[in-house]
Amino acid sequence: MSLLSNPYDPGDFFDEMYAAGGAVRPHYRSLVERLSSLSLPEFERRRAAVDLAFLRRGVTFTVYNDLEGTERIFPFDLIPRIIPAREWSRLEAGLIQRITALNLFLHDLYHEQKILKDKVVPAAQILSAKHFRREFMNFSVPHDIYVHICGTDLIRDRDGTYLVLEDNLRCPSGVSYMIENRSAMRRAFPNLFQSYGVRPVEGYSEMLLKSLLHIAPARDERPSVVLLTPGVYNSAYFEHCFLARQMGIPIVEGRDLLVQDTRVFMRTTAGLLPVDVIYRRIDDDFLDPSVFRSDSMLGVPGLIAAYRAGTVALANSVGTGVADDKVIYAYVPKVIKYYLDQEPIIPNVPTYLASEPEDRKFILENTAKLVVKSANEAGGYGMLIGPASTKEEVAQFRAKVAANPRNFIAQDPIMLSRSPTWCDNGLEGRHIDLRPYVLCGEKTVVTPGGLTRVALRKGSLVVNSSQGGGSKDTWVLDED
Amino acid sequence: MAQPRKAMPASKIPAPRPQANVMLSRVAHSLYWMSRYIERAENIARLLEVNLQFIIDFRGYDDAHLREHWGSILASSGDVELFEEHYDSADSRSVTEFFAFDLRNSNSILSCVFSARENARMIRDQISVEMWETINELYLFLKSRSTADVWAAGPYEFFQDIKRNSHLFQGLTDSTYSRSEGWEFIQFGKFVERAHKTTRILDVKYHILLPSAGDVGGALDTAQWQAVLRSASALEAYRRFYVREILPWKVAEFLIFSDSFPRSVHFCVAQIDEFLRRILGESSARPRSEAARLSRRLLADLQSLSIDEVLKEGLHEFLVEIGTSLEKISDEVVQTTMFYQAESTQEEQQLQQQQ
Repeated sequence: MSLLSNPYDPGDFFDEMYAAGGAVRPHYRSLVERLSSLSLPEFERRRAAVDLAFLRRGVTFTVYNDLEGTERIFPFDLIPRIIPAREWSRLEAGLIQRITALNLFLHDLYHEQKILKDKVVPAAQILSAKHFRREFMNFSVPHDIYVHICGTDLIRDRDGTYLVLEDNLRCPSGVSYMIENRSAMRRAFPNLFQSYGVRPVEGYSEMLLKSLLHIAPARDERPSVVLLTPGVYNSAYFEHCFLARQMGIPIVEGRDLLVQDTRVFMRTTAGLLPVDVIYRRIDDDFLDPSVFRSDSMLGVPGLIAAYRAGTVALANSVGTGVADDKVIYAYVPKVIKYYLDQEPIIPNVPTYLASEPEDRKFILENTAKLVVKSANEAGGYGMLIGPASTKEEVAQFRAKVAANPRNFIAQDPIMLSRSPTWCDNGLEGRHIDLRPYVLCGEKTVVTPGGLTRVALRKGSLVVNSSQGGGSKDTWVLDED
Repeated sequence: MAQPRKAMPASKIPAPRPQANVMLSRVAHSLYWMSRYIERAENIARLLEVNLQFIIDFRGYDDAHLREHWGSILASSGDVELFEEHYDSADSRSVTEFFAFDLRNSNSILSCVFSARENARMIRDQISVEMWETINELYLFLKSRSTADVWAAGPYEFFQDIKRNSHLFQGLTDSTYSRSEGWEFIQFGKFVERAHKTTRILDVKYHILLPSAGDVGGALDTAQWQAVLRSASALEAYRRFYVREILPWKVAEFLIFSDSFPRSVHFCVAQIDEFLRRILGESSARPRSEAARLSRRLLADLQSLSIDEVLKEGLHEFLVEIGTSLEKISDEVVQTTMFYQAESTQEEQQLQQQQ
């Protein structure tokens, strides 16, 4: 008996591997051949070896609100998600188009605000956005790049059409798992890679460092780049270490830095050393207690003054959160059209805005049928999946929406595509999404692949690691 | 002074500044504590193992003697009060629980390994993958065991595993970590802890009362001194040095004054002095910093005193004094090289939403 002796029924979903009628899609055929020759015990053996390796290497994340055993490994599924070359090049073009427009949008919002004056995006929506930083009006960032690192969440609907689910423009995480997953797969199936023509993802860290060096203030000395972490208790601490190590830059906490005469320094055993670029994995609000939240112990007093003086660069820039507000998300197709005069290559999920009277009426009447989301939450928190919720939960959410309409949007539930995933009794279809990573430096580049997250619970549409999600390696092929 | 905004001209991306010689104060601190905690865990494992064995060998011990024996170990580690707060009586099982697994005891093996790992986690980007994996595996190993398991399987294997992992870690550090400032902090921490623990191990015997004065020099007394040597991995080395029988003052002399045995106080303090001078950049004959002055003084004592002088003043007092000096020296080094603010809270670090 092998892994594939009992193919599951793709059902009413778009399945990544099985076409309608159960035929294996061409780009999965070699994989199927390979897996068919693998006995179940052998597959189990490799699976256990991969899990053990993750644990030993400490490739873990931390779960909030969980006092006992806060570190967990991110469950990893050994069946890769495969994307053929032509499909990828379209995605790549779409992602570059989108981030280009968003960077132009941010620049405009913090300068002339032409898009508001032309009433393409209502000014009220921007002014009420939680992450709009009016104190940075008319402040220019190096090369006008606001978002240097972006993780865009993509999903596929019932027809297999890719849609943008959300933009993550502040501190997107997960890229370390993209790279660790690949190295786990290489160890588990070394021979498979040789014949398959999978494009490498390992160039990410080098490209990231280049993007960071690109914004260094001009000086005589070589710039010094650091990664600013909230600390060891942050859920993504593993990733911060991973990236710092890959780039060969120091990882610092706020208390390692100080500002003198609007220059940032790090405290070393040899005294103070200047810092030129900060890849910060801390939210805007916590960066500088003298400007933002005064109770923050994470930040560096005076950092914003140094940033304003142009002596230090931050990635991402302050204030990018306005563009990944889920209300503003609904306007991104218009934003693309406005700045680039192009149709979006990857469409949005149709979205209802609770702040608009007609939409609000629709949302309140149909809450149980919709997915309702808070405008500024992440990690799968602050959302309601109507069809999967109890009457009480729906009623609670409806009351929240009515009380604060600006803070909510709703979408029709998308039947996310499914991918074959190893479950206790063999392969079954599980829902997945895809987060590719885009870097904006001298050039804008998309790493071929990304993090495919999978909802491991049967029928679940929530892929977040904090809520029972796992991940898969994502293969972008050289050819179709 | 503010500078006008000028970004690098496009397409001329500069090379980053090399970071090999940059050592954040916080990182130095973590290296130091990581190293100390691993050494501490190993010493506790050895102490427990030897004494558990000792008690098995001496079946003649009655309950009162057992309690007394464990009491002396608790006394030498300064943990009597904490122990009594949580346990009814001191027997092999409760003391093993307390020293091996009890997280309420910040000096239990599990606490030490946990702290070593937390420090290593904070500086994971700075140490080698091999070092990290060893600490992590030791931690995972400990977490998967309990006193009951250890008892069921026989404690010997368990303590062996801990010691072996500590040795593996020190060996890997030696062969995978660059000889940099970080190395100096690692070594400094290790020798401070080792010197300290050797004084404590020797002091255990001070707290063990012999059943009667007539037992001095008897079989029990000798066995106890032998256990002291084994607790410091020093039995073979001692035998090579003093071929004759095990004599109390010779044991004390060996563990304090030997200039070649790597766990003797003298040997450790010589290393401490060396690494501390490198860390603080002390190159002249006369020390400049308080830390260097203190370590030089301690070293001079260890180089020049005789065991008779020490015994005349009181061995226990002498050992306590060395412990105090060691803590002063390490505090001074910490204060001179490590200046930063209090840590932010766990909640605040977690508050950072991960997108």
